[in-house]
Amino acid sequence: MSFAMFIQHVFNALSLGSLYGLIAIGYTMVYGILRLINFAHGDIFMVSTYIVLFCVTLFHLPWGVAVLVTIAGTALFGVVIDRIAYRPLRSAPRISALISAIGVSFFIENICIVLFTGVPRSMDSVRNELLVRTIKLGSVSITPLAVFVPVCSFLLVAGLMWMLYKTKPGLAMRAISKDIETTRLMGVKVDSIIALTFAIGSGLAAAAGIMWGMRYPQINPFMGVMPGFKAFIAAVFGGIGSVQGAMAGGLILGFVEIMIVAFFPELSGYRDAFAFVLLILVLFVRPTGLFGEELEDKI
Amino acid sequence: MKKALIALAVIIIICAGWFAMKPASGPSANADTIKIGVYLPITGGNAVGGGLELDGVNLAYEEQKEVLGKKIELIVVDNKSDKVEAANAVKRLISKEKVNAIVGTYGSSLAMAGGDVAEKNGIPMVGTSCTNPMVTQGKKYSFRVAFIDPFQGAGASQYALDELKAKTAACLIEVTTDYSVGLASFFEDHFTKNGGKIVAKLNYQSGDQDFTAQLTEIISKNPDVLYIPANFAEAAIIMRQARELGAKFEILGGDATDNPEIVKIAGKACEGYSFTTFAYAPEMPEMNETQKAFTESWKKLYKDKLPNALAACGYDAYSIIIDAIKRAGSAEPEKIQEALAKTVDFPGVTGKTTINATHDAEKSIGIMRIVGGERKFYKVVDPK
Amino acid sequence: MDRTKKLSLNLGCITLLAAFLFLADRCFDSYVVQVINLIAVNAILAVSLNLIYGFTGMFSLGHAGFMAIGAYVCAMLILPAAQKQAMYILKPCIWPFSVMHAPFFAAVLLGGFAAALAGLLIALPVLRLGGDYLGIATLGFAEIIRVIFTNTTSITNGSLGLKGIPAYANLGWNYFWCILTFYTIIKLLSSNFGNTLRAIRDDEVAAKAMGINTYKAKAISFAIGAFFAGVGGALQGSLITTIDPKMFNFQLTYNILMFVVVGGLGSITGSLAGAVIITILLEWLRFVESTIYIGSFEIHGVPGMRMVIFSIILLFIILRKREGIIGGYEFSWESLYGFINRKKEGK
Repeated sequence: MSFAMFIQHVFNALSLGSLYGLIAIGYTMVYGILRLINFAHGDIFMVSTYIVLFCVTLFHLPWGVAVLVTIAGTALFGVVIDRIAYRPLRSAPRISALISAIGVSFFIENICIVLFTGVPRSMDSVRNELLVRTIKLGSVSITPLAVFVPVCSFLLVAGLMWMLYKTKPGLAMRAISKDIETTRLMGVKVDSIIALTFAIGSGLAAAAGIMWGMRYPQINPFMGVMPGFKAFIAAVFGGIGSVQGAMAGGLILGFVEIMIVAFFPELSGYRDAFAFVLLILVLFVRPTGLFGEELEDKI
Repeated sequence: MKKALIALAVIIIICAGWFAMKPASGPSANADTIKIGVYLPITGGNAVGGGLELDGVNLAYEEQKEVLGKKIELIVVDNKSDKVEAANAVKRLISKEKVNAIVGTYGSSLAMAGGDVAEKNGIPMVGTSCTNPMVTQGKKYSFRVAFIDPFQGAGASQYALDELKAKTAACLIEVTTDYSVGLASFFEDHFTKNGGKIVAKLNYQSGDQDFTAQLTEIISKNPDVLYIPANFAEAAIIMRQARELGAKFEILGGDATDNPEIVKIAGKACEGYSFTTFAYAPEMPEMNETQKAFTESWKKLYKDKLPNALAACGYDAYSIIIDAIKRAGSAEPEKIQEALAKTVDFPGVTGKTTINATHDAEKSIGIMRIVGGERKFYKVVDPK
Repeated sequence: MDRTKKLSLNLGCITLLAAFLFLADRCFDSYVVQVINLIAVNAILAVSLNLIYGFTGMFSLGHAGFMAIGAYVCAMLILPAAQKQAMYILKPCIWPFSVMHAPFFAAVLLGGFAAALAGLLIALPVLRLGGDYLGIATLGFAEIIRVIFTNTTSITNGSLGLKGIPAYANLGWNYFWCILTFYTIIKLLSSNFGNTLRAIRDDEVAAKAMGINTYKAKAISFAIGAFFAGVGGALQGSLITTIDPKMFNFQLTYNILMFVVVGGLGSITGSLAGAVIITILLEWLRFVESTIYIGSFEIHGVPGMRMVIFSIILLFIILRKREGIIGGYEFSWESLYGFINRKKEGK
């Protein structure tokens, strides 16, 4: 493999991995606080792409405004899901909330089929021409998007880390993930903080959705299933509950997926299996993932 | 305790008896209507193709609502792009609606699931654009108006060799889909047999959106042509990424990319993309009478839609059944089956159709190219 | 209530069921028969997952993988050699898979054993993981199995799948296996081993302290669950006559989990109820997507509406009755007897 090719693969992996990472943060934050695998997260991601598409094509909003509206709208959507489907089950066995999440996921996918049909739609109108033109650096082809996506993802994660460690709500979030009952006794409005968690997770999913739509400009009601699933792996990989872990897990998964194909092209059919083999190996060596803290089981 | 059990037994026996009384009759030749069942993917991943074909079936139905002096009733069910649903849909058509013959479906795996049921019940079924050889393999009642994948793959290879002057080719295959795996394999067979060389063969999984790793690898091998037997949405994304990565080679695909949406998704990246499909397009030169008539009546019924090859397949599937009923002089499933098997040179919209010994259609393959953002009919190929 | 009386009641019920199935086979249309068949298969799958999760407390999401193994082993064994040869159009089927053959009963049994073996192999390392991590690891194994089946074209025919599997799985076979499954699992749970499993579920540390070899008990329970999942997969393959790796994705596991939780976790009656209710509900809801006529008024069906309504019902059930429809309740002749007596006294 030539060096140029390797660099090309690295760029490919960076932009795929950082998108996985952004989606993974939503999983990891909700899990950290509620110990709930939010199976509907991939579908929230999918909904955000439809929102941005309609903002641009139907309401003719300028690009920047459309992005802001989408992030806000998706965050609200996440909060509504929590309010309707998860909050009533806070005291129930965890499996009930899990089934509820599966139900929500079915619901979102199918209501989107009813509303928008199952036909894939083009996201071409959302693409910003400045971001998608090819730039040649020797024999390496890069689109500005391939740089924009990781940079943007890192900025968002940095912002989130600042919020988690330097602000009051961030402190409350970390406290809830340690002990929800004690935190409640300390006078923290636990439900609002959980809602905020859903809002942030969904907002980041929306950011990922917009960038995903620009990079892979085809959307359909089932598009969230696979990225959601992969991001979930990434979250576990990095240590579920840890934000920097989720980002790292996403990047590692992106690199594994790309490099498997790059170094062993004949094994490209086994790509999905490799991600899992690696995941299981990590779970054996460090059952709580790369960055995860020991969590006591709440079963 | 005992009483409850006895009551339960009585209820069950009464229920069963009630169902037993229900006359379990098959479709009879003496009924005053002839029922044609249609099962197509109206929802799910294959909804676009299914929808186009349904338009074609509906058009054919509008034109021929009667045969042998009896009214035809068209019953459409959705198979939801799902195999289990496809089998259920056919079961429903046969046992509930008592249809005489069935049209469907887009998607080979769906057609196979449905075909098994039709076979068991002895109801003839005519496939629209299902191209996998296994659809009709060993089945008495399964037919199709489509050519089969070995033929299509060979056609693509023939075109690559003759028109694109390709010496080397690469394949990018959706390894989880039978359509993609099959076509690529037949393409490879024909291409290598005729002096070409396959320089790279890479796989991806259904649901994947990122093909950059595979494409980077393929670009480094520098093939003359890339063959992507994918669904249209994936094909469009693949082309986008290939061009963004600086790929210069020709890209070639199969009939699943015969969809107007591909231009919307791929944009400029699909310029020059060519694909094999059924030999009909509204702008093709030298149309025969059937094709002209189809185009005319289409424009009358659907003002805002363009006629297309998939719709033509739906149209042909319905028409060939009506033709068989006419020739048989009866709408009994058994008679329809016999007549269908004997179809020779039926003037279909997608070309002259002869049903061969394996119940597949023998017809030419059309090549379409995307030029200036429009799908243009390029030429007809008969693979050797 | 003494044992003979219970036995005769059970036998009476089975006879009634047999009579009903016999009549159903004769008189119902094939669509209804298919639904009745599906109920049996789904009940097997539900109760096998319930054994692993509901009774032993191991969060397993690997069911689709075990089903895939069972379905493939069984299908390879009952497909005639000539048909295999014709079907493998990409790569020929390699020996010994090309020639192996077995009668249906043995094929289903072997499918179950293959799944159990896989279950055991998976269980030995991953059972050390607890809680959600176990779920994720088993989900991973199921996906790995699926990817391997997709790529080993010369054994499994890859993504082309196996078509035209002989449809031996009729009402008789399905309900025979269904009853056998329920009988085995009920017997198992009412034995001392069943108590061991429940002890592990309720408090593994305490169970260990009592001197129970929890690791061994968990592995056995996992393997038995996997066995019946394999049986369910084998029957399903023969029932719908075509299988391919894509069918056995993680969504399938979710479906089975749904049967179990909606019915009631840790209740055999619940699993049965969940399988019956959800299977029938899903089939019945098809009407919303077909055109409905009320007099001369025509309502067009909306595609996708069926699953929307289904998911709303599912959410409603889980939000209203978080323990599932049946809850922890278990059917027994004694309680029915008591119920009827109370009714009589009430009068």
